Amino acid sequence: MTGYSIEDILNILPIVFVVVWAMVLLVVEAFSKRRGLVIVLAVLGLVAALVLTVMHIGTEASVFKTMMTVDGYAVFIWVLVLASGLLTIGLSYDYAKRMGWARGEVYVLMLFSIAGAMLMASAANLIVVFLALELLSIPLYILAAIAPNDASSEEAGLKYFLLGAFSGGFILYGIAMVYGATGSTNLLAVVEAAGSTQSPLYMLVGAAMILIGLGFKVAVVPFHMWTPDVYQGSPTPVTAFMAVVAKAGGFAALLRVFISAFPALSDDLVPVLAAIVILTLVIGNIAAVAQKNIKRMLAYSSISHAGFIMMAFITYGQADVYADAVAAVLYYLLAFAVTSFGSWAVVIALEKAEGKGLELDDYNGLGKKYPMLSAAMLVFMLSFAGVPPTLGFGGKFYLFRTVLQGGYAWLAVIGVLASLVSAYYYLRVVIHMYFEEGDPTVRSEPVLNLVTAVTVVGTLALFFLSGPILAWAAQSVLALM
Amino acid sequence: MDFILRELNLVTFSPLVGVLVLLFLKKEQKNAARWIALVTSLVTFGISLVVLAQFDAANTGLQMEINETWFTFGDWEIKYALGVDGLSILLLLLTTFLTPISLLSTWSAVEDRVRDFNLFFLLLEFGMIGVFLAQDLFLFYVFWEFTLVPMYFLIGIWGGAQRMYAAIKFFLYTMAGSILMLLAILWLGNTQGTFYVPELILKGGIPENIQTWLFFAFAAAFAIKVPMWPLHSWLPDAHVQAPTAGSVILAGVLLKMGTYGFLRFNIPLFPEAAKEWAWLMALLAVIGILYGAAVSYWQKDVKKLVAYSSVSHLGFVMLGLFALNPQGIEGGILQMINHGLSTGALFLLIGMIYERRHTREFDEFGGLWKVMPVYAVLTLIVSLSSMGLPGLNGFVGEFTILLGAWGAGEGVLGTPLYAAFAAAGVILAAIYILYMFGRMFLGPLTNEKNENLKDLSWREIITLVPLLVLIFWIGLYPKPFFDLIAPTVEHLVATLGM
Repeated sequence: MTGYSIEDILNILPIVFVVVWAMVLLVVEAFSKRRGLVIVLAVLGLVAALVLTVMHIGTEASVFKTMMTVDGYAVFIWVLVLASGLLTIGLSYDYAKRMGWARGEVYVLMLFSIAGAMLMASAANLIVVFLALELLSIPLYILAAIAPNDASSEEAGLKYFLLGAFSGGFILYGIAMVYGATGSTNLLAVVEAAGSTQSPLYMLVGAAMILIGLGFKVAVVPFHMWTPDVYQGSPTPVTAFMAVVAKAGGFAALLRVFISAFPALSDDLVPVLAAIVILTLVIGNIAAVAQKNIKRMLAYSSISHAGFIMMAFITYGQADVYADAVAAVLYYLLAFAVTSFGSWAVVIALEKAEGKGLELDDYNGLGKKYPMLSAAMLVFMLSFAGVPPTLGFGGKFYLFRTVLQGGYAWLAVIGVLASLVSAYYYLRVVIHMYFEEGDPTVRSEPVLNLVTAVTVVGTLALFFLSGPILAWAAQSVLALM
Repeated sequence: MDFILRELNLVTFSPLVGVLVLLFLKKEQKNAARWIALVTSLVTFGISLVVLAQFDAANTGLQMEINETWFTFGDWEIKYALGVDGLSILLLLLTTFLTPISLLSTWSAVEDRVRDFNLFFLLLEFGMIGVFLAQDLFLFYVFWEFTLVPMYFLIGIWGGAQRMYAAIKFFLYTMAGSILMLLAILWLGNTQGTFYVPELILKGGIPENIQTWLFFAFAAAFAIKVPMWPLHSWLPDAHVQAPTAGSVILAGVLLKMGTYGFLRFNIPLFPEAAKEWAWLMALLAVIGILYGAAVSYWQKDVKKLVAYSSVSHLGFVMLGLFALNPQGIEGGILQMINHGLSTGALFLLIGMIYERRHTREFDEFGGLWKVMPVYAVLTLIVSLSSMGLPGLNGFVGEFTILLGAWGAGEGVLGTPLYAAFAAAGVILAAIYILYMFGRMFLGPLTNEKNENLKDLSWREIITLVPLLVLIFWIGLYPKPFFDLIAPTVEHLVATLGM
């Protein structure tokens, strides 16, 4: 263990802290019967990690030789997933009690998963990518199945585990191929060796397999089959967490790996990526139109948003555009995260035990009876649909800009048409809330209401802060290569 | 503070003050909600008159301009830029003028969720004013899309039986056009590096083949809004289902956002394409004139008739604009105002009879003159204005447009046939409007349900009087209105290099 110093630890202190804190909580949870204590400690830990992360803004370092990188890009994702953790705790605080899975280990698992996502963002070596992915995923498999005596939750956990393990195999095999072609798993060494490799085909196949494996994680078509069932079956706060954190981690790794290690392959990969994008947009959106259950609808909608994010990714190989592409992805991820947590908070407010209260018809008359809550849902739906002045609009705006810059006008046209289709099903929620008569009941609980309030303000206010956010996102990219 | 007190900021954001107050009202305080909204809209109207007072018609540039950096979007600077000029001053006034009138018309028509209704209405006014004042494409797009949301609710909550279908059709149809415009806006931003409209016009230099693409991308958004034939099919649904005040504002102002868009963006930003494709726009406009008139004749529902007549009237506006000469464009702008006044008044009148009888079928009426003489006379005046009788406003607008289109026969349009066919539309309008009037008001009173109808109340008459005053004013002495727009229009035409 020579050559490593305390500085390496300090550079990735937020990740280390989250992991250590999770282990501490594990012990606390074992000896304390009070769930509240674990929750308070988890919140404190996340806040402390956020503070540590914010102190890392501006840090640029290679950690443990070249195993990991800390840069603005990583820090952006760290902030995103840590904040997601806080919002998930807010979502689950009351819900877990109501649904009978109020157990402390939920929060421990969540912290581990967050650490995994953070690690994904700073992994500079394919082996670390794989380890990070497992650290992100394994707690999620358990979380998906955490609702006791609930067959659909168990089914969700098992499904997620089997397909997740399968996709992990793809990634590992892909890494082996890349190693075979270049003799290294380090991203920078791979790109250096790429020019002189004797077996470019191995390299291409390896990259494609990594793409498939991560495609499973971020749920793009045709690797999305598990998503609707798992999202619907998992406890709703877990679904929200999974939708945002797994996506953020997956895309974080995808971008860094492909931009750092495989820029030369972009010519070969662009048709594949374009096909994935089009399939994802078409199937995600059209399937969402047919849904009557809001969890399933949001699941398909999250698939379609993965398609949008993937769209920016297409330009990754173009030297003059990729920085915008990365900024667009980060911004879109932020927009998706805020809007998505908000809409899940509304879903949770209406959800009843045993999976009741999740049909679109259950939203009938919400606008009349609960004007604030339905106004919030309205904002989220408009943001998802990309109507200004919301964060979702900012995301799409910047995204399409990047795509046009990259010279894919036809793709942008497909994108706007897809967002038109998506407006239809998002507006349907609005129709149920405002235009139909009904008598819904809502669980109004301070913590949950706080999450709704924070996200609705975020959806609107952050749009007007687009400048600084994009400046931060774009700056972070400079360090990426 | 100085910044907030700039005229255009005040006129744009004053409706939002009313919205804020309304938020604190209880659901039961129906009358308070009505008064707050009315007073707010009157204050906004007052501010717009201040804008008019300070407006210098001889100045062809933007006036009372506000030009600040709103935020930066990556390397793009998004401006918060508002300004008013001869192209927009009348439309601004039309918006602030029609809003209080529409609100007054709902006094007794809307009983359900009164607070929310007024709230959405003021939000809509905010959005519309923003559309007419915004001078940055990004800002314009934000306002443009924003207007969809309140209108969607106005139709969806307070509309008729088919309201959900109509509301979503309205939203998706309009959005379909505007996202294509969004791509064109992004293209401009990417290549020109700015969204600020005066700067974009100044820079110019967009290759002609690309101009064509961008022209049609913008046109997609605006043509749907106008609506131009064959993209009009959302309009009858939206109109018939919308509540009266919604119809008034929809016909009066929202449709003008489309024609205004052509005038503000399509023509000056893509002059080459505009000249090249003027024939197509004029052709679609003439088809719209004749088609709208023909379809109007066959309607059984009087509101649907007026809705289709809008397709016809806005065809005139489009023909005037794409004559690309001063008469045509001036006539087009004035006809936007005329249509807002006449059709707005017609929808108000239809709303009044609907409140009494809860039907709009011609077959249910006949001989109404005998029981409602005041109502009949007012409807007659407005109908005559709508069909373009000399001495009333419609004539001035249509005549100037035809003059422009005729003149363009030797210029950009290449043949006077457009003007000739459009003139035929004037005759058709006389037929369907008089036919409507006859079936409703003349002849014997056959339906006994109509025997005890009350004539108009004072509130209803007060709602209509301002519209009638303007209908006569423009008809008899249009000079002040032309004076406001002429210098800017002439400047615009001069820059087209024709």
